[in-house]
Formats: sequence, C-alpha cells, structure tokens
Amino acid sequence: MKTKFASFRLSAKCLLKALQRRLMREARYAGTKHWLIWIIAALLPLAFTSQAQAFSGEEVMKKSQAAFLYPGKDFKARVVMKLINKDGQERVREMTMLRKNMGEAGGDQKYFMYFFQPSDVKDMTFMINKYPARDDDRWMFIPAINMVKRIAAQDKRSSFVGSDFTYEDVSGRDIEDDTHAVEREEKVGERDCYVVKSTPKGADSDFGYKFTWVDKANFLPLKEEQYDRKGARYKQFSADEIADVKGIPTAVKRTMKNLQTGHRTEVAYLKTDYGLGIEDSLFSERFLRQPPRKWID
Amino acid sequence: MLRTSTLFAALLLVPLAASAEATLSGFIQQNTAFNTAGQNPDGRHYKWLEERAQLKLDATEGDWRLLAKGDLAYDHLGRQDGSELREGYLDYAGSNWDLRLGRQVITWGLGDLVFVNDFFPKDHEALFAGRPLEYLKRGVDAVKLGAYPEFASFDLVLAPNFRESRTPDADRFRLYDPMPTVANRETVKPKEGDVALRAYRDIAGYDAALYLYRGFQRTPSMRPDNMTATTKITYFYPKLSIYGASLSGRAGEGVLSLEAAYYDSREDRAGDDFAVPNSQTRLLAGYQIQPVEDVSLGFQYYAETMHDYDAYLAALPAGFPVDKRWSHAVTARLTQLFLHQTLRFSAYASYNASNGDRFVNPELRYSFTDKIWGAVGANFFGGKSWGQFGQLSRDDNMYLQTRYEF
Repeated sequence: MKTKFASFRLSAKCLLKALQRRLMREARYAGTKHWLIWIIAALLPLAFTSQAQAFSGEEVMKKSQAAFLYPGKDFKARVVMKLINKDGQERVREMTMLRKNMGEAGGDQKYFMYFFQPSDVKDMTFMINKYPARDDDRWMFIPAINMVKRIAAQDKRSSFVGSDFTYEDVSGRDIEDDTHAVEREEKVGERDCYVVKSTPKGADSDFGYKFTWVDKANFLPLKEEQYDRKGARYKQFSADEIADVKGIPTAVKRTMKNLQTGHRTEVAYLKTDYGLGIEDSLFSERFLRQPPRKWID
Repeated sequence: MLRTSTLFAALLLVPLAASAEATLSGFIQQNTAFNTAGQNPDGRHYKWLEERAQLKLDATEGDWRLLAKGDLAYDHLGRQDGSELREGYLDYAGSNWDLRLGRQVITWGLGDLVFVNDFFPKDHEALFAGRPLEYLKRGVDAVKLGAYPEFASFDLVLAPNFRESRTPDADRFRLYDPMPTVANRETVKPKEGDVALRAYRDIAGYDAALYLYRGFQRTPSMRPDNMTATTKITYFYPKLSIYGASLSGRAGEGVLSLEAAYYDSREDRAGDDFAVPNSQTRLLAGYQIQPVEDVSLGFQYYAETMHDYDAYLAALPAGFPVDKRWSHAVTARLTQLFLHQTLRFSAYASYNASNGDRFVNPELRYSFTDKIWGAVGANFFGGKSWGQFGQLSRDDNMYLQTRYEF
C-alpha cells in the first residue's frame, strides 16, 4: 500500500508540473493582463515543494533506486571502466550491459553482460538474476573451454570485475538492509539535493554508514560518501555527467574512489538506450554461449 | 581428411567474412614445463617447451557467423604436431533453433576436472604438462543442432568421425605398462562416428539436464594377441553408451552441483572381458562457496562403481592390478584474487581414497597489463604405480606460461 501511495504522489507531482507548464504557456499567449494565471502558475511549485519535503529517508532512497537502477522496461549500455591506481596506471574493463526489469521498480531484474576487454576475458558472458530480498543467481560462460558455470554469490559487497564498484553499486543494494534518514538538504553544484544517511542494520557490511546526495528533481544520486566501520572516510561516489536519454536522466559518467587506497574507477556509459524490447529468452544458457550480435555491439 | 575439408570450407567462406563485420585477434605464447624430479623416459628434462601463435577470425553477417581459430606452434622437443585448427565452424541462428557446423569445442556437465557427462574429447597431456586450461579440450568435427522450444532446450551433436582424447606421450611421461617388453603395437580407431544429446531446462530455480551418448570410450584399451606369449598389443576404443543427468542450483550459501551417469560398456556387457572397462555408475556432488570477497572454495566428491565386479575379478589375468568395486575420490579448489583481480592464486587437489591416487596443481597468474599475462604453477602426482595419477609420480613438473594477446 505504501509504495502505491508513493507512486500516486509521484504522478500527482507530474500532473502539477504539467499544469504549471500549461498555465505558463496560456499566460504567455494571453498577454500580461492575465496576471491571475501568472500568480496561480507561480504558486503551484509551493504546493509541490511542501509535499516533497514530507519524504522520509526510505522514500527518498526508494525513489533514487527507481531513478538510478530501474528506469525504462529495459536498458542497454556499452560500459567502459577505467581502473586507475594511485600512481595513475590504468586497466580497462569494457562490456555491454543489458538489463531487464521483471516487474515494478524495486523488484526482480535480469542482467546480461558481454566482455570485450581485457583480451583474456573477451567473449566471456555473465548473467545475473537479481532478487531484492535474497542472494542473486549468477552464471558465467567461459569461452576458453566453452563451459557454462553457475557461481556462488552470497557477497554482494565484493568487487565487480576488480573495480572499486561492488556488485551492489552496479545493480543496487536492498533498501531494507539499511535504515535511512534525511539529514539535511544541500546543493551539489547547481542541483538541490536531499542528504540521506544510511546505516546498515546488520554488522556484516564493509561500510559503517554512508551519505547520499539525491537530486530533488530527478532523484539521481549525485554523490555518495561511505565511511568505514571505524568512522573514517572510505569511498566516494560521484555522478559526473547526467545525460537525457529518451527523456530519462541517466548518469553516463560515474566515479568511485577508494579514499584509503587512492585507487579509483571511472565509468563511462556509451550507447545508452532504454525500451529496446529485450526478450526474456536472451537471459538463457543458449545466448550465454552464443550472445546475439544485435544486443552486444 | 576432415581437417582438410573443414579448412577448405573455412577458406570458401572468406568472401562472406570480407563483407561481414569481422574481427581478427589472437595471441603469442611461450610455454615451458620442466621436471622437478627425475627425467623423462626419453632422457629429456622438459615436459613442454614451445612457442605458439594463435589467430582467430570472427565474422558475423546477419544470422550467420564464422569462427576460425588456428594455432601455429614450434616445439623445441621435436614433436611438430602442435599446429592445428583449434576450432573452425559456421553458425546459423534461427529464432528458436540454431546450427553449428565444423570443428568445435563442446563442454557439458558440471565437474571441475572430473568428468561424468562431458563425453567430448580432452587432452589429458595438456593438463599434466602445464599448458593453459583451454588446451584441456579438443574440438570435435561435428554438426550441432540446437532446438529451443518453450518447455526445454536441446543440443544434438552428430560427429561423422570419432575423435579420441589425447593421452600423455610415453616419451615424456612414465606411463604404466603391464607388458613393457612387447614392442609391436597398433592402434585401431572406430570407423564410425558418435552422437550425443542433451536436454536441459530450469526446474524450480535449479538447472536440470539429461544427457545421452552413443559412441566409444575416448581413451584406448589394450588387447594382447595372446596372453601367454604376447607378440602384439592392439589399442582400441570400446563401444560405449552413457545415460546421465545433472542438477545445479543454490543451496544454503553456495552452489550445489549433482551429476550421475550410467556407463553402458556395450562391448562387454557381461563384464568378463578384462581388456574392456566394466559398465559403471559415476556419481559426482560438488559444492562451491564464496566465504569472503574474492575467495572461492569448491569441493567435490566423486564415486564410481563397477557393475559386473565378480566377472571382472574372474577374468582379470594374474599379475594385473586389481581395481576395487567402488572408487571414492574427493577434490578441493581454492581460488583467491588479489590486486583488483589482476593476481590470481588457485590450488586444486584431488585424492582417491580407494587407490591413493593424488594430484595437486597450485598456480599463480598475474596480468602484467591488459594484454600480457603470465602464470607459474606446478603439477604433483602420487599414488600406486598403475593409478591415473600414481603412474605419473616421477613426472612432477613446474610450468611457466606467458601470453601476449592482441
């Protein structure tokens, strides 16, 4: 019920925005004497703002997850990851990432990845069935011996392909694993953000708590600061470039920096696209072994 | 003959490749393995000493794909048969079916260096001589037909010519030979091909598969012309059918794998021909977990049993080693990644509780750059002189692999 209510409020917000745009347009056509329309139009955001402030930390994180990891029915990107050590030496991991939502935002998802680089993993494919409340199912295809292998994956905090990103950073962390509180509101650059503090409920996480700066307008996480269990600064995430892809604001450049080791990972999402009509059948052993060219270019 | 025709077919398809989206890649590699104890039967100290280059062409045009992977090798130990077409096939992908024609590597089953339902040819020598893992498998010249209706997926593999597994070279490894004085030896390969079928689907979150095979043993049996006064030994590949199943999925914190197969030794159903393996049941249970980040642990229990054990015992000539009715083996593998997954340590160990056979393979592999990697490792064998690993107990070796990929 709670999520239904939230999504109703979200659509109410959209309606308000549309109404405001409409009124502004009409006021322009009607000329300045229709001052009443101008006033109504100007006052509308107030109604909207007071409502937005009512979001709890958990609601903000849910919306953020929906905006960051669930937009579109499906998604595709050519992901180029640069792993850079403190001396500036680079390693490149390049893959095509495909994602399909199996239901609502926050629900099950399927991921399919095909690796281009480095050379020794070229043609390797990787499939994840992600379930929010339990461990993922993961399969890997090893081209060298033409073998499909199911792999154990109980640790979502482990590094994704050796980068500073964890599996959770790539495909999402369960909202229920942490408690969330809106600490304050703050600008990141020109953007107004909620600052949400998230603290793991369990003691098995590598971080003690983290702050996320969530854009108030589009709910993308623009910045995240993780602290280790001793309270020292640990990792820092930033969304470095947001692009509009088919009307969906998308973080196409991201960085995760380990402040304790000086190692960082810069990611560029190229050829990003949504709503491609990826079939369920793609997520199968058949295509793990023989990935269709049309999806992996 | 078939190799030539495959190559010829591949050449014919070059124009297709020219119009298609094509990529060319490959590697150059140095591979050395030297004895840590003793010397080879031929007096040398190296198990492997070779430079190798591989070129891989991968071309796609619509629903068609051509892949050709060829190796050129120079062996410093004087055996110049390492250059080969590793794989060369043409793919066609239909909507719910596909076809692969040509030389291809196929791997079925779930085992880690234990094979229950992987009926396809292997290169055991590659494993024991410290070559990169991909050389463990040999391609088969076959037609593979895949069908993917809603209720299950099917792979049918038809190979017109039988291809055997490669066993270690008797000049390089000390292999068990019950009749070392007989010099006149001949190998007879089956004239027919073989056929394999796999059906698989998801059952309640588990990957389930059924397997069928009708063909021959991949490793040869030996038959003396006369037991009392042997003048000639004939190596041959006995007829074999396999009926198997496998299941894998999440169990607790890890992944559980189960495999079983019945090996129907069609050339000796009574079990009273000592030269032909008895019919068997093979069972495998594996469990893999990731206890902490970048660490993976895998355990396997493997058992095999002979179906006509009394007949086997009765028919076994005096002086031949006696196998037990049941054979039980366990394996363990630890893999740990370091330095942002550019350094990998892995150690594999297997121990057979029934005959003492053991094999240990530690390896350290480092990616110097995204294009250059090197590995150093060792193979240690032990057990009774006639066991699979025991016979190699004086063949312990260390190996180096260096590869530049482009």
